[in-house]
Amino acid sequence: MNMQRREALKAGGGLGLFGLLAAAGLITPSQARAEWNKSAFDAKTIEETLKALGATGAQSSTDIQITAPDIAENGAVVPVGVVSALAGVEVIALLIEKNPNPLAASFTLPAGTEASVQTRVKMGQTSDVIAVVKVGGKFIMTKKEIKVTLGGCGG
Amino acid sequence: MADPMKIRASAKDGITEVKVLMSHEMETGQRKDSSGNLVPAHFITELSAEHNGKQVLAAQFGTAVSKNPYLAFKFKGGAKGDKLAVSWMDNKGEKRTDEVAIN
Amino acid sequence: MRARLQAVLATAALVLAGSALAQDSTMDEIAKYREMLADGNPAELFELKGEALWKKARGPKNASLEQCDMGLGPGKLDGAYAQLPRYFPDTRKVMDVESRLVHCMVSLQGFKEEDVTRQWFSRPGKESDIEALVTYIGAKSNGMKIDVPARHPEEARMAKVGEYIFYRRSGPQDFSCSICHGQNDKRIRLQDLGNLTTQAGAGVAMSTWPSYRVSQGAMWTMQRRLIDCMRQARWPEPKYLSDSVIALQVYLQKNASGTVMQTPGIKR
Repeated sequence: MNMQRREALKAGGGLGLFGLLAAAGLITPSQARAEWNKSAFDAKTIEETLKALGATGAQSSTDIQITAPDIAENGAVVPVGVVSALAGVEVIALLIEKNPNPLAASFTLPAGTEASVQTRVKMGQTSDVIAVVKVGGKFIMTKKEIKVTLGGCGG
Repeated sequence: MADPMKIRASAKDGITEVKVLMSHEMETGQRKDSSGNLVPAHFITELSAEHNGKQVLAAQFGTAVSKNPYLAFKFKGGAKGDKLAVSWMDNKGEKRTDEVAIN
Repeated sequence: MRARLQAVLATAALVLAGSALAQDSTMDEIAKYREMLADGNPAELFELKGEALWKKARGPKNASLEQCDMGLGPGKLDGAYAQLPRYFPDTRKVMDVESRLVHCMVSLQGFKEEDVTRQWFSRPGKESDIEALVTYIGAKSNGMKIDVPARHPEEARMAKVGEYIFYRRSGPQDFSCSICHGQNDKRIRLQDLGNLTTQAGAGVAMSTWPSYRVSQGAMWTMQRRLIDCMRQARWPEPKYLSDSVIALQVYLQKNASGTVMQTPGIKR
């Protein structure tokens, strides 16, 4: 499986999206970012994921807020947002503790982009959702439990 | 070829808010089809958004991002009529770029 | 003895009040979940795709669907969905949005009915043109009032047949639509069950389809909704586009008439 994925990635061109964009002149090479962080996305525990993100030892902080409902009607689509009033946020990563691979997404924010992102994730079961933020070269984090239910026929 | 994205970008009080919907299966690689075979993972891995050619967001996705992904973010600057482009690439190397004018 | 019973009853009342509070906050959080999903409904992707399919020359006759008459004249889509099903003199049938769309794909584009209806609903990796087209047609009625008075004798007859099916108990569970959807304030697990015999209940139900179902990550049309209701009630499943499903729609749209469409919807 992983072999197959590596093959597919290779077939897609070793450049990655940002390399391709830079090659096409859409962004300048200095803007081209790191390759897809395979070791972080393949990690199976929070500790391994934090390590792969270089965020081991991230301190719990009240300067980050997770915006999400306490209960999701369906785990296939759970709206989750991360916001912070801190200036200079560089990275926001979203982890779902009880998913097979906790890391769901990570965002790199160039200067001028607000520390406010929203997306939707799959959750296999009720779990803590963890937001890891890199600010001023340091990592901080916060978490929120989201309950996953399954309802009836769905209107 | 992948279906177009739906991008909304609106500027207000010096901040541009961007909302993107992408058309993608986001297969986890853990689902079995009707004959019991695992369906291979197929998901968007990387995304980039540019305002007038300058990157305003880079993202990496795993398989836990929901089918037909949604993404919203905000950046300082941006005026009505400016170009806002979003590009993604998936783990099979498929790509898609769409562009809108900020309103 | 009596005092003890009172104490027990008081405790029970407290427990009940507590669970009612928990219930309220649960419903508030579910409402928040739905609100967050509504901002950025993936249905919009299907609307875009449907529009492209509508305008593209396709099929053996290499024609677009732009001359398709959904009841308000060729190519006139604004408000058409909100007034369906209706009687069409050219086919001498009461048709819903899906049977009329298939009629157009056959008569204008030259497709075979069995070919265009084979994928009438999507499966993972197998998209459905019909779902996208119905989303596009439906969105053209967003903000308009459902208006199915069923005055034409054929429409009135279908409304009667639909009403009969709604109350008819059938299948191994001796179930009818009305058992779940004929009373106010009923729920199944966390889902409210609308009373479809009233304008308010039918209005909520009918105004929000077609809808993006996050469970499947797919658009559901009214045909799929009703056929799946019958499956869940352990009835034999009607065939796609069959008159029984159209009759139920006439009955429900008639009940819902006057309600403003909010489509496409999004549901769990």
